[in-house]
Amino acid sequence: MSPTGKIKLISSVQAINWNRVPDEKDAEVWDRLTGNFWLPEKVPVSNDIPSWNTLTEDEKTLTMRVFTGLTLLDTIQGTVGAVSLIPDAITPHEEAVYTNIAFMESVHAKSYSSIFSTLCSTQQIDEAFRWSEENENLQRKAEIVMKYYRGDSPLKRKVASTLLESFLFYSGFYLPMYWSSRAKLTNTADVIRLIIRDEAVHGYYIGYKFQKGLEKLSSEERDELKAYTFELLFELYENEVQYTEDLYDGVGLTEDVKKFLRYNANKALMNLGYEALFPKDETDVNPAILSALSPNADENHDFFSGSGSSYVIGKAVHTEDDDWDF
Amino acid sequence: MASVVYFSSVSDNTHRFVQRLGLAELGLTAHRIPLRPSEPRLSVEAPYVLVVPTYGSGDEGGAVPRQVVKFLNDAHNRSLIRGVIAAGNTNFGSTYCAAGDIVAAKCGVPYLYAFELLGTAEDVRRVRDGLGRFWQRQSQVPA
Repeated sequence: MSPTGKIKLISSVQAINWNRVPDEKDAEVWDRLTGNFWLPEKVPVSNDIPSWNTLTEDEKTLTMRVFTGLTLLDTIQGTVGAVSLIPDAITPHEEAVYTNIAFMESVHAKSYSSIFSTLCSTQQIDEAFRWSEENENLQRKAEIVMKYYRGDSPLKRKVASTLLESFLFYSGFYLPMYWSSRAKLTNTADVIRLIIRDEAVHGYYIGYKFQKGLEKLSSEERDELKAYTFELLFELYENEVQYTEDLYDGVGLTEDVKKFLRYNANKALMNLGYEALFPKDETDVNPAILSALSPNADENHDFFSGSGSSYVIGKAVHTEDDDWDF
Repeated sequence: MASVVYFSSVSDNTHRFVQRLGLAELGLTAHRIPLRPSEPRLSVEAPYVLVVPTYGSGDEGGAVPRQVVKFLNDAHNRSLIRGVIAAGNTNFGSTYCAAGDIVAAKCGVPYLYAFELLGTAEDVRRVRDGLGRFWQRQSQVPA
């Protein structure tokens, strides 16, 4: 949006020709996003009702607060964030990808409501939404990001958007992964995994467009944007730590969540083309959480650090031959 | 001379990882698999380790970039692969770094290492050290 608050519209519209795509990444990401399309109604969340009933009242409250926080971020990204990127797009194909991202963020926002309506009472839902409206650190997180979406720098908007997609969600995503690692709310976790997968493509794509934009700038301008990115990351990180304490101190998980935050902050920076910031010993995510996120992640794929005597051949997995000729 | 063969899309993520390895200092060369069909095909003449990004999707189909499939469909190229290193993102769940699993299984070579996105400084150090030792051992194995 322009500083006056009016939405800036693109100045001219050209009929989109998908047979001539100047940046092949647009077509590739479009195909991936549409191929990954899903709706929350397809996941049998109602199977989680018995599991939900095993949670303590505090655990239920925590879970609902986490999900209202995530709903707020997805709402921002769906109705403001991804939409604010459209006028900055270089090609009509890039615009089309942003419209897909915006729509999917609205699907994500709705999926939390779908989980709530399956598991909780109206009164519980209303109380959780009230908490999220009154939580200073959550509101501040939203304000910081919104400020950049309203600003006049297309590249800063992309930085804010990538940090939201690849970093700010993860204080919330931690909890369903935690429950899943304890065999609780596993269908709910399946919904969240679909959201997590989408956010990876969104963060990758917006980060990629940021880097393409950087290529056109002088080295001074690039340095300034790098400094800006790290400043914003630190500002958001400080706030995220406090928000994490608000949510997780009561259940004693705060330190574990912080590792997950730093791990994802590194990935957000990498999506923007920068090197990871937090060192290994501050990002050693609890293996149970990592495994709930990706069952492959805790397999030992470090042949190099072995003794060298064992020559382990990749396990014979069944693979489809669709794209594999020999 | 032993080498690293890699693929990287226009995002250049894997390209940057390979650059950071400082392969020349290890006496290794790097060859990039061409992005477009209009470019000349890559044909290798020495044993190599393949570094491949995983194309993230909901299932394993399409996990290996089609350019890499084309490269490996050449029997001569395929005969020289000695190991695979894969890049990916844990956000893709069970298909995290699936390209490494697929190539290792299809080509019968060890899956040496997996890393995320651009790789951290720690990943670069471990792969660099690991490749040095790996090729030293390989050179002792009679062809």
